[in-house]
Amino acid sequence: MVAKPREQNLEFEAAERNLSPGMANQAWGLEDSATDFKETELTLGPPGESRDAGGKSGTKRGFCETLDLNLTGSNAKRNDPGAQSQQEACPTAKHPAAKAKLVGWPPVRALRKNAMRSDGCNYVKVAVDGAPYLRKVDLEMYSSYKHLSEALEDMFSCFTIRNYFNAGKLMDPVDGSEYVLAYEDRDGDWMMVGDIPWQIFARSCKRIRLMKSSETVDIEPITPPK
Amino acid sequence: MNFCPEEVLEHIFEFVTSHKDRNSMSLVCKTWYQVERESRYGVFIGNCYAINPVRLIKRFPRVRSLTLKGKPHFADFNLVPHGWGGFVDPWIKALAKACPGLEELRLKRMVVSDESLDLLSRSFVNFRSLVLVSCEGFSTDGLAAVAANCRNLQELDLQENDVDDRRGHWLSCFPESCTSLVSLNFACLKGEINLSALERLVARNPNLRSLRVNRAVPFEMLQKILIKAPKLTDLGTGSFVHDSDSETYHTLKSAMTNCKSISSLSGFLDVASCCLPAVYPLCANLISLNLSYASGINGNELVKLIGHCKKLQHLWILDCIGDDGLRVVADTCNELEELRVFPSDPFGPGNAAVTEQGLVAICSGCPKLHSLLYFCQQMTNAALITVAKNCPNFIRFRLCILDPVRPDPITMQPLDEGFGAIVQSCKRLKRLSISGRLTDSVFFYIGTYAEQLEMLSVAFAGDSDNAMLYVLNGCKKLRKLEIRDCPFGNMALLKDVGKYETMRSLWMSSCELTLGGCKTLARKMPMLNVEIINENDQVEIIPDNNDRQKVEKMYLYRTLVGPRPDAPDFVWTL
Repeated sequence: MVAKPREQNLEFEAAERNLSPGMANQAWGLEDSATDFKETELTLGPPGESRDAGGKSGTKRGFCETLDLNLTGSNAKRNDPGAQSQQEACPTAKHPAAKAKLVGWPPVRALRKNAMRSDGCNYVKVAVDGAPYLRKVDLEMYSSYKHLSEALEDMFSCFTIRNYFNAGKLMDPVDGSEYVLAYEDRDGDWMMVGDIPWQIFARSCKRIRLMKSSETVDIEPITPPK
Repeated sequence: MNFCPEEVLEHIFEFVTSHKDRNSMSLVCKTWYQVERESRYGVFIGNCYAINPVRLIKRFPRVRSLTLKGKPHFADFNLVPHGWGGFVDPWIKALAKACPGLEELRLKRMVVSDESLDLLSRSFVNFRSLVLVSCEGFSTDGLAAVAANCRNLQELDLQENDVDDRRGHWLSCFPESCTSLVSLNFACLKGEINLSALERLVARNPNLRSLRVNRAVPFEMLQKILIKAPKLTDLGTGSFVHDSDSETYHTLKSAMTNCKSISSLSGFLDVASCCLPAVYPLCANLISLNLSYASGINGNELVKLIGHCKKLQHLWILDCIGDDGLRVVADTCNELEELRVFPSDPFGPGNAAVTEQGLVAICSGCPKLHSLLYFCQQMTNAALITVAKNCPNFIRFRLCILDPVRPDPITMQPLDEGFGAIVQSCKRLKRLSISGRLTDSVFFYIGTYAEQLEMLSVAFAGDSDNAMLYVLNGCKKLRKLEIRDCPFGNMALLKDVGKYETMRSLWMSSCELTLGGCKTLARKMPMLNVEIINENDQVEIIPDNNDRQKVEKMYLYRTLVGPRPDAPDFVWTL
């Protein structure tokens, strides 16, 4: 049995007084002309709200404000570098008026989005520092980071890539130098592989590089360990 | 009142198959509870974490058909991180031991492994139906095991799963003795398949009614399939690209002409417009048409095709059909019951070609319409009010304006009145998704009028906690509420904590909840799992004085079995 908060009941009762069946029917009897709209506009509403107020009330979050809230808003924690990967999907900080890409919007299943995008192929170059030539992989062939890492291991068999996402580091057994798996995204930024969901990665990855740790100055900072 | 022997009760109960009715029956008295539980063969579990396999088997020892749903709905849109949960493995292991009579398994948004599929295939002698929707974690190796070992398989239905395609020969693993197939859908697979194996499979399964192939199956195969599967009622094409002057094309067209039984058509995963006339002969009988993956067809061609489909009841289409195209649909498809219009540019507000005008046209021409999913560029209150008047029978109404906070472009008002009209007029409305610029008013309308509402999806809407409270107070039948990017906080969350026990689940992300609020809720309601999804170490659980930090993603659900043991590191059950 769900208890109704007392305060809310008052608002419902007040609203009931405002609405009569005749008014409701009048609104639904609206003909095509938009100009009649205001006269037959439903006057039911929470008490205290002015019907003349414009579409915006003071507390309504605008679209851009919403995005800013996600990025830098009242929660200081969101500024930590770990949030970079989320920011990558919401670059409104630079262009509030631009059509920014939100995570999960529009609400279309990932599989459908990917099907619309490509003709089934998504070849990206893979470069390994120190190797004489590059390779290409088709990201459409893989459904997870794990499978990609297995494929890369086959291609560049001198590195133990398989445990990459557990250990966080690669070592070249020959000369002991450390490697980091990074990718270039559509904005031209070099990012660490593994932060974002696979489907988003596959869509935004333009090329992949195994970089020596000593050269990772320009890469986005890694999430600090717990 | 013991004049009714249990055998008679059991016989009567056999006629009752609806889960809700069965649940009600089990509450009547202890005898009815016992008889019901021993005679329930089909069990539906809407949240796999609300119960566990042991208790399922204890209560329903004779279960033969199990439906399980795992991740929350917003997982479809990448809002739930990988590894969150929804593993089917423990269920299959438990059922393998205790319910060897299992015949059907239907999974939605669950993580399935090849090992589970292998175990499944070897554990249930009578297994006949596997339906996987939006699942992940398995590969074609798992499918090979199912194909090879399930002797009586009738249905293998893979809908929009993320399958690791190992390009093996899983289709060839169906033995020669497999002749029981009724339904086979592998449209979501990305890899090559053995075409001659497919042809032979179709030939030896005379009861095949539904076949949906993937992109790797070329145009030339279709005619062979049609000839060998005369009972086919549901066809999903693969690649539909060919030279329309060729003999192959004309052969297919005549095969289609002779095909009177096909009533459902989908696929066209690759398509050339010039080939579409080949399917015109089918159109007069079509009840269901899914062209939502057919990005190669332009609006005019779509319109020409649909112009032949007078009996259509279900239509899934891309928005490149345009408002004009929808007018043709409205004129032609007067039996239409379900319409889904997907965006052709799903990566953001692009050049979506449908507006409120298309929707108004459809609703004028299609009075039987009861299910709608509509992605559009804009919507007006006037249009929604007209829609509400013409189509009072909506059961599912999902509107997605691509710019999520766009107001009525003509009046610049929020869309409160329009959606208010919908909920007041559509008294049978069970599912609603709202979008556009929306204030607290729309939630007031929903709470006041949407008496049958079971599921509500909200994004970028509302001004205050009152909005959420209107809905929680007013919608007595609410089962699932999912909210993202709304200014709702602890006050709304905590006002009526008992409400959540009457619901399946609540999702709130990018709202104003704090850790302290969520902790309070968890403390008051031990029958709920209140999960915080903490990606990227946004929230620190220690030290304790950080209760004011914002919670990015919260998912709560009622459960009989407490915190789940398989939660990953980034999920905290408070």
